[in-house]
Amino acid sequence: MSKTRRDFLKLAGACACTVAASQLVGANAQAADAGHGGHAPAVAQPANQHDNALHGTHWGMVIDTKRFTDPLLVQKCMDACHLTHNVPKIDGPQELKWIWAASYLETFTEHNHYLPESVEQRSFMLLCNHCENPPCVRVCPTKATFKRAWDGIVQMDMHRCIGCRFCMAACPYGARSFNFNNPRPYLDETKMNPDYPTRMRGVVEKCTFCVERLAQGLMPACVEASDGAILFGDLDDPHSSVRKALASKFTVRRKVSLGTEPSVYYII
Amino acid sequence: MLEKALKGSPLYWFWLFFLACVAGVGSMAYLYQLNFGLGVTGMSRDVSWGFYIAQFTYLVGVAASAVMLVLPTYLHHYKAFKKMIILGEFMAIAAVSMCLLFIIVDLGQPQRAMNVILHPTPGSILFWDMIVLNGYLFINLLVGWVTLQAERNEVAPPKWIKFFIYLSIFWAFSIHTVTAFLYAGLPGRHYWLTAIMAARFLASAFCSGPAILLLLAFLLKRLVNFDPGKEAIKSLAKIITYAMALNVFFFLLEVFTAFYSDIPGHKAPIVYLFSGTDGFAQWTPFMWLAAILAFVSLALLIPAKLRDNHELLPWTLLFLVLATWIDKGIGLLVGGFTPNMFETVTEYIPSIPELAIVLAIYAMGAMILTVLWKIALGVKQEVGHF
Repeated sequence: MSKTRRDFLKLAGACACTVAASQLVGANAQAADAGHGGHAPAVAQPANQHDNALHGTHWGMVIDTKRFTDPLLVQKCMDACHLTHNVPKIDGPQELKWIWAASYLETFTEHNHYLPESVEQRSFMLLCNHCENPPCVRVCPTKATFKRAWDGIVQMDMHRCIGCRFCMAACPYGARSFNFNNPRPYLDETKMNPDYPTRMRGVVEKCTFCVERLAQGLMPACVEASDGAILFGDLDDPHSSVRKALASKFTVRRKVSLGTEPSVYYII
Repeated sequence: MLEKALKGSPLYWFWLFFLACVAGVGSMAYLYQLNFGLGVTGMSRDVSWGFYIAQFTYLVGVAASAVMLVLPTYLHHYKAFKKMIILGEFMAIAAVSMCLLFIIVDLGQPQRAMNVILHPTPGSILFWDMIVLNGYLFINLLVGWVTLQAERNEVAPPKWIKFFIYLSIFWAFSIHTVTAFLYAGLPGRHYWLTAIMAARFLASAFCSGPAILLLLAFLLKRLVNFDPGKEAIKSLAKIITYAMALNVFFFLLEVFTAFYSDIPGHKAPIVYLFSGTDGFAQWTPFMWLAAILAFVSLALLIPAKLRDNHELLPWTLLFLVLATWIDKGIGLLVGGFTPNMFETVTEYIPSIPELAIVLAIYAMGAMILTVLWKIALGVKQEVGHF
């Protein structure tokens, strides 16, 4: 059957219209989802949630640094996260990490002199701070990284990401990793989690506060592995474990002067 | 007019062949990068932008510099640049093309580049940078082509093109301002978090771009006997002098703010660049070379006697181009990322494939420039304008 140019143009036109229409619908849905920082009014959660899903309007974390004296606990939290999310183990400056440990001086870059030795030698768990006012979301040119308006989690769409790494330049916490190479050969096949996808090269990734576990009624993997050293809960709920910890203990957040309003607190 | 690019001397063809070879080698390196990912570059988790984005930033300045010819000619009816203006516009086309290529090779998923248009994000400066760069490319193609065609037909350019010429003046400022905003609005990046970033970008653009143009004009004089005119060279050199003085002054303002305030975060990148941190001092010699060349070029530009000496001027311009290239093509990027977010140092050294790709894009830019200038000069020769 021979196709005339007119047939081809008709088909192309129809395709273009379909794509444009789906884009419009998609754009509206996206606009409804997009959080714009600050205290945005809570938006209804999507309907397709698990029955026992955990609900919160501003998820946050409190890390009791006093309890991270054992390097094994640090490793346990890291493994729990990285094995759950199939984060590849790559050595060197092109490494990927969602949660890791650093010294006091690296964590709190505006620090005091003459600190207690116990504090200076402690390990501080670092991860995405799920900022209320996330610079990574502000700079992303494709909305591949976005803040969920109903629970404050800063999420990544790794199929949308073009790998421009603007978010990495913008994040003041160094919380983002880039797949410089194909990550899959760096995964141990015997330890892979079949329920979580692996990534392709050329996209940025980071901690997601385990959104997939929250939807199933589970706590984030690092929280579960931490033996109570990491608390997770709704910062908007005065009766939540995190708010009780904040009310009773002295806590600090990283680089508060930058105005990003991190949702991760550290008990010193 | 395109046919003018098809007839040339053996030297012209050899030059294009040479550039094609360089571009070919770099394209192989790019295929390698496409296959293995950006892991083949020297970039890392801590230094997540490298030579590609640095060259893009430098070349945006080169592109913006065309306005230094367009503005005096069309706003102030300054006649001396008339002969040269098309060269500036065509150089802008080559420079913007290189900018766009540098962005594409920097993407982790280049096949998704259209996502920037499919999911427009007005809050992202990258979205606006895409708009201003493509817009500037389009405006210069249009203005350059239409005015050249009018010159060939020996008629006045159509009236409607005036709108685009005025638009190009505004647009040139916008491309470098928006590119500066890519850097200037990021929390925690002390070296970039400065209100005069856009002003610094423009000052450096308005000296480095015209300097490259003038250097190439000197080359044309030797190769094809095209003389832009004493008056034009004199005026352009004056513009370069003022812009370079401002450029150096603006940088010194940054140094004052950082060191008089004595805030560690603000000092750290400058200390790293000029004396190294924790034993890492890879870029220190480059930065000092840039500083020395900048002051030498100023010393040779400011006295009119030295500036108007055409034996000396090409050397002065070469020093200036090298100084501004090191400042923006290396220093700006590396200084922004080092020390990193944890106040430690992850050193960045571009890899061989990365450098091959950079060279290839410069070669492609040179090819575009050669062909466009060949056409422009061909037309000028045809109507007896040189």
